[in-house]
Amino acid sequence: MTSRNAEPLSVEKLRTGISSLDIIAKGGLPKNRTTLISGTAGSGKTVFGIHFLAAGIQLGEPGVFVTFEESVTDVKKNMHSFGWDLAKWEKEGMIAFVDASPDPHIDTVEAGGFDLGALVARVQNAVKKVKATRVTVDSLGAVFSQFSDQSMVRGELFRIASALKGMGVTAVLTAERTDDHGPVARFGVEEFIADNVMILRNALEDETRRRTIEILKFRGCDHQKGEYPFTIIPHGGVIVIPLSAMQLSMKSSDVRISSGNKELDEMCGGGFFRDSVTLLSGATGTGKTLTVAQFLQGGALAGEKCLLLAFEESRDQLVRNAQGWGFDFDAMEKKGTLKVVCDYPDVQGLEDWLVTIQSIINEFKPQRVALDSLSALENVGTVKAFREFVIGLTSFIKHQEITGMFTSTTGSLMGGDSITESHISTLTDSIILLRYVEMFGDMKRGLTVLKMRGSWHDKAIREFTIDKGGMQMGRPFRNVTGILSGSPVHVSPADIERVWRQFDHDVGDRRTPDIAAAPKDPVAAKAKRPKS
Amino acid sequence: MTGTSPRAQVAIANLERICAEELQGQYELEIIDVLEHPQRAEDEKILATPTLIKQLPPPLRRVIGDLSDKAKVLLGLEVRPQSATSPTPRAT
Repeated sequence: MTSRNAEPLSVEKLRTGISSLDIIAKGGLPKNRTTLISGTAGSGKTVFGIHFLAAGIQLGEPGVFVTFEESVTDVKKNMHSFGWDLAKWEKEGMIAFVDASPDPHIDTVEAGGFDLGALVARVQNAVKKVKATRVTVDSLGAVFSQFSDQSMVRGELFRIASALKGMGVTAVLTAERTDDHGPVARFGVEEFIADNVMILRNALEDETRRRTIEILKFRGCDHQKGEYPFTIIPHGGVIVIPLSAMQLSMKSSDVRISSGNKELDEMCGGGFFRDSVTLLSGATGTGKTLTVAQFLQGGALAGEKCLLLAFEESRDQLVRNAQGWGFDFDAMEKKGTLKVVCDYPDVQGLEDWLVTIQSIINEFKPQRVALDSLSALENVGTVKAFREFVIGLTSFIKHQEITGMFTSTTGSLMGGDSITESHISTLTDSIILLRYVEMFGDMKRGLTVLKMRGSWHDKAIREFTIDKGGMQMGRPFRNVTGILSGSPVHVSPADIERVWRQFDHDVGDRRTPDIAAAPKDPVAAKAKRPKS
Repeated sequence: MTGTSPRAQVAIANLERICAEELQGQYELEIIDVLEHPQRAEDEKILATPTLIKQLPPPLRRVIGDLSDKAKVLLGLEVRPQSATSPTPRAT
């Protein structure tokens, strides 16, 4: 819709109704023009073509489907699983079919020059019959296989394209290509027939299939560039995951909410921001799931709806463990303040997970979402797909003004980081580290707020213990250094004194770990503190 | 065929000549303009124009093009050239 109010000379766009596509196409497909959808076998061209029509029908815009490949009966059958009842729409006069699929029972001999005038007449007839504004032709390549005179077909395809323009319809033409990164289409002519070219890819990377969509050219109008992951799901059709658009439209909130632990709230300068995403990082057993449970409990107490996506433990295990910390998940679920979704991460690809999670969130409308853990999802797809998943989920959560908490498991027991963190740390607003600290033969647990965007936070590493009441925050590890690097060293109080004397103006502040006494203004507080 | 295009005229002329030479006028020919009757084209699933459909005798045969290649037309219609004695189309 971007160009609707612009000068009349510019290319108008047709909102397709596939909302995610409209975002990357910056408003939709160029109106009254032809768009080529090229892709390898199985890349989703036909589904795309039908979805384009189905979305139009749902907006009250009738369409025509011209098939050169599958028979109309097959198309109707195949598309039923997407929730598109083509037969019903046909009866209602919302869709018309032009069946140009090859009929094996008819022998045809070519004797002299011919054209595809009959086809054009049929398409015109169908468009007139249902007053169509959208046409899908599937697929151009299949026209070549029906006739031996290839040069004639080339010429006729141009004729069809210009005839479609003459009918005032917005058309999607599909075409095959042999290679995901080769020529645009098989016969080398398809891309010149259409005004616009979009490419669907279904590349095999590390044994997983990754679908992407790319707008290669839109004549005379703007679009987003590059490949965007997409997925095809039952009862949804084509869903593009537009990463950049989601990032741009994020709001920001200065409302603080409780983490469920008073001391942790204080360490974060009063709690998490309403639309922030917190990453919890720690080795196995450091208390990540506990922190998550606490976060959900805090939400439930505040009367907020919470969603827990658990990929590591079964529901029973989770409920039992939470019981051990004094949280009754069953009761919270019965009250409707909590929803626990447990599943194996491997049941579907990351793109599908993103769509699934988004639909769960849209349905349940939680104020808090916790995901335990991201590391479990990391191995489902490629590194790139994982990053896109995290970007997609993070921006979706923020967009809905939901507070998010993701956990990430570090590989090594002491210190260290994981791939998960290096990929997503810049995407999250806060990072809380949970670490084991070995002291005089004992394993202690430490917690620190590493980063908190837009807020003052405690820089100390605090000891905590876990008991029947959950997490009990203790004193900072004052006389130990090297916790984060995984090799804690005990330091004598005299050494600490000497170091802090160098920042004499700050010594007083630093040595009183009382958070309540911290200055109210976070900016002033930051300025006063030494860079550590 | 489509309207009164030159190709349509050529095809009709070619067909009438072939029919006169090979079938001694024993034929019925219906000419349909798909621009006027697109539904007929739809029902017959016709893509190309001109298309010649031989309905009788069976089997159904189609020849597309302006019918300038007489040998191919006869092949498509399964009509033996006049050099042989049989004047009627022969089914195989």
